[in-house]
Parts: sequence; structure tokens; C-alpha cells
Amino acid sequence: MLTKRIIACLDVHAGRVVKGVQFVDLIDAGDPATQAARHAREGADEIVLLDITATHEGRQTLLDTVRRTALELFVPFCVGGGIKSARDAEQVFEAGADKVSINSAALADPFLISAIGASFGAQAVVVAIDARRDPEAADPVREAQVFVHGGRKPVGRRVVEWACEAEDRGAGEILLTSMDADGTRAGFDCELTAAVSEAVSIPVIASGGAGTVAHFADVFSRGKAHAALAASVFHFGVSTSRSLKEELAEAGVPVRLPC
Amino acid sequence: MITVIDYKAGNLTSVLKTLKHLGAEAIVTDGDLSLVESAERIVLPGVGHFAATQRLDATGLTGAIRAAIARGVPFLGICVGMQWLYAGSTEAPQQPGLGCFVESCTRFAESSEKVPHVGWNSLAVRNGSRLLKNVEPGEFVYFTHSYKGPVTSDTAAVTHYIEPFAAAVERGNVMGVQFHPEKSGETGLKILRNFLEWETN
Repeated sequence: MLTKRIIACLDVHAGRVVKGVQFVDLIDAGDPATQAARHAREGADEIVLLDITATHEGRQTLLDTVRRTALELFVPFCVGGGIKSARDAEQVFEAGADKVSINSAALADPFLISAIGASFGAQAVVVAIDARRDPEAADPVREAQVFVHGGRKPVGRRVVEWACEAEDRGAGEILLTSMDADGTRAGFDCELTAAVSEAVSIPVIASGGAGTVAHFADVFSRGKAHAALAASVFHFGVSTSRSLKEELAEAGVPVRLPC
Repeated sequence: MITVIDYKAGNLTSVLKTLKHLGAEAIVTDGDLSLVESAERIVLPGVGHFAATQRLDATGLTGAIRAAIARGVPFLGICVGMQWLYAGSTEAPQQPGLGCFVESCTRFAESSEKVPHVGWNSLAVRNGSRLLKNVEPGEFVYFTHSYKGPVTSDTAAVTHYIEPFAAAVERGNVMGVQFHPEKSGETGLKILRNFLEWETN
């Protein structure tokens, strides 16, 4: 049976893992390669490394980090942040990533999705969408506003229509972050996740808001997510993927166990 | 020496890194037939579209691989590399596969489930598989694909998603896995180790 994936996310800034609340107030949370290996050992089904403050000077640091992290990692490894061209993506793949996550670059140039997919396959292209409910819209959930990662201004796209376009252009998966829920540990935005999951045929990874095991069970059932991403829940020894998955299994969620 | 075939279908870094981790010496070729002729083992990875295998024909690699297989060289196809072992795939009907297995690969049937099939799914291993030796019932491996081979007498492991399909094939020295052993944690490493230790009878 296909299992629900628990994905450990490492937000990386200048070669260090960090965690912030709603994209600000960053706290140091360790070395990316060490943290990724630990998460894989502790049962994470996949590792995502997001370079949250990618700059031109930071590219080499990121590639070194990716290379070091990939070396001893034998689960799927996705890298995002600062990938602006097919060439950027190629460098990240050559450094050892299996997938790239693109966000603002895909919004700026949607052809990038198919350009990367043509060389590396659709399975290697994850389109990340950061969305915030729009209380003024007719449907505040389906018409949630899309933001550029970490940005403060909406880009004028609506979450469901953009997710559908990304799929049409050849995205392999959608990584959907609820900006309302992110960092709150108050639960995923299940309505938002379900709205996107029902609209596309590719898998949707839910992100933002994980705090308890029940939150994960909820986003897999009510949110119709295929995978869920967590960062803060795993940091500082709060929980491991294995213990999370053991509890999810007890709640009837199909997960990869033993792992 | 393991010869890894590059036909520009995705990224080889993961496969090469994993072979190296297991102590294997690997060399990549995108058309040097002598590296196929001298190969002790051959790995054909590949993700993406079945049409990419056209390059194997264009470069003469198809014939060289066919000859190597006939000599008994252990061969492992991964993902599209496994699908290529069949007669073809409905993904690119004009493009023939190697034809080791007479069936064709087809897309998952329309259903309420998502296609592609992405994630960790379990294996039901047939008795006597050498490639999947010591893989216990229910061990998980990582898949990402929309097309798959049918379950036949050559199937070494069955996985269920929408319908039962061939997660692995094995006939003599010809082996294929639909999943990604290089991305399947300890189970994947065990399977690759079995391939590296596979000896011709």
C-alpha cells in the first residue's frame, strides 16, 4: 500500500539550519548534512532543504551544502531556494539533489517548469506555492493569494488556478505552504490543502502549522495530502519521524514502518 | 567495473553516489561501446519519458547491451531502465524496447488515485528471487512513475497501486526494478548489494 510520506524540512540560511516563525525571527538549529542524516535515520521518508535567503554569493555555499548532505543520504532529497534557471537546477542536481523545488522563479517564468522537466523528468520538479487565505475573495480558500516565498506582497495569482497551471506545465508535485498556519504549530490548513489536492492529479505536500500527531492525521484525511512536511516539530528533540509515524499508524494512517 | 549507461534521461548522480557508497567502481558511458563490451555489470538508470530510450538505439548501445546480456553480464534496469526491458511502452508506441520480456508497459488505469504513483510502497517478493534476497515481506521502496510492467512469471516482486504491477523483474542475469533502490534507504542498499554480489552460475 502506498504510504503517506513524512518529509523533514530543513530551512537553511548561509549553510546553517534555521527555524523562524512566519519567515522571521530565525533560530540556529544545526548543520544541514548532520540534521538530514539524523532525520533519515530517524525515519523521515524524504528530506527537503530550502535555502531561505538565497543570494548570488550564497550559491556556492548552497551547492557545497547540497553535496555534503547528499553524500550519505539514501532517501529522496529535494532542494529549493534561489533556483532561477534550468542551469541553477542542473547544478543542484549535479550536487546530488533528486528534486528541485521552485517557487518565485516559476511564477516569474512558468516555462521554467517544463524546461527543468524536459531534462530531468517531471518527478524532479516540485512547484512550491506559498498561499494565504483571501477573506475578501468569493472563495477565500480556493482563491487564496499566492505569495513569493518569504514575501509580503501577493503576486496576483490564486492558489488553485496556479497549482493547475503548474501541473499542466509539467510539475511533478506541489509543495503547498499555508502562510496563515506556518510556524504556529496550531495545525495545517486542511481546507486549503484539500482544495488544491482535489484540483490536481499530482501529489500535494502539505506544509505549515504542524504541532501534534493529530495535525498530521488530519491533513492526510481531511486535507487529502499525500505527504506532509514538518520542520519545527522535529527540531530541538521534540519528536522523531519514527515516533510520529508509530502514532500515525495507531491512528490508522498508512506509513512506512519499520523504517 | 560497473558500466552505468547515460542516455540523457535524468540525473545519474544519485545512482553513482550509491554505487560508490557500496564500494563499487562505476564508469559512465553515453556511447562508448567498448565500455559495454568490457563491462562486468551494467546498470541502466533513467527517469522521465520512454522516448528517451531512442538514444540507446541511435548510439548503438542497444546492440552492445543485448550482446552483453547474451554473454551473461548481470544487467539492472532502474525505472525507465526496467521498462526498456519490455517490448515497449504505450508512453512512446513508436519506440521499441529491448524485448527481453514480450509484454509492454502501460499507464496506470484511470481511477480516483493520483498518477504518478509517488512515494514509498511495499513489495511482495516472489520466492527464489536473487536480486531481492533477504527482502522481507512488506519492506518499502520508493517509487515515482506513471507507467508500469504487467505481473507475469518473470515478475520478482509485486506492488499494488490502483492495480498489481511488476515492481521488479528477473530472468537469469536480466533484472529490473521499477522503484529507485538508490532512494529506498536500507532496503534499496540491500537490493543493490545483491546485484553487485550476483554471480553468473
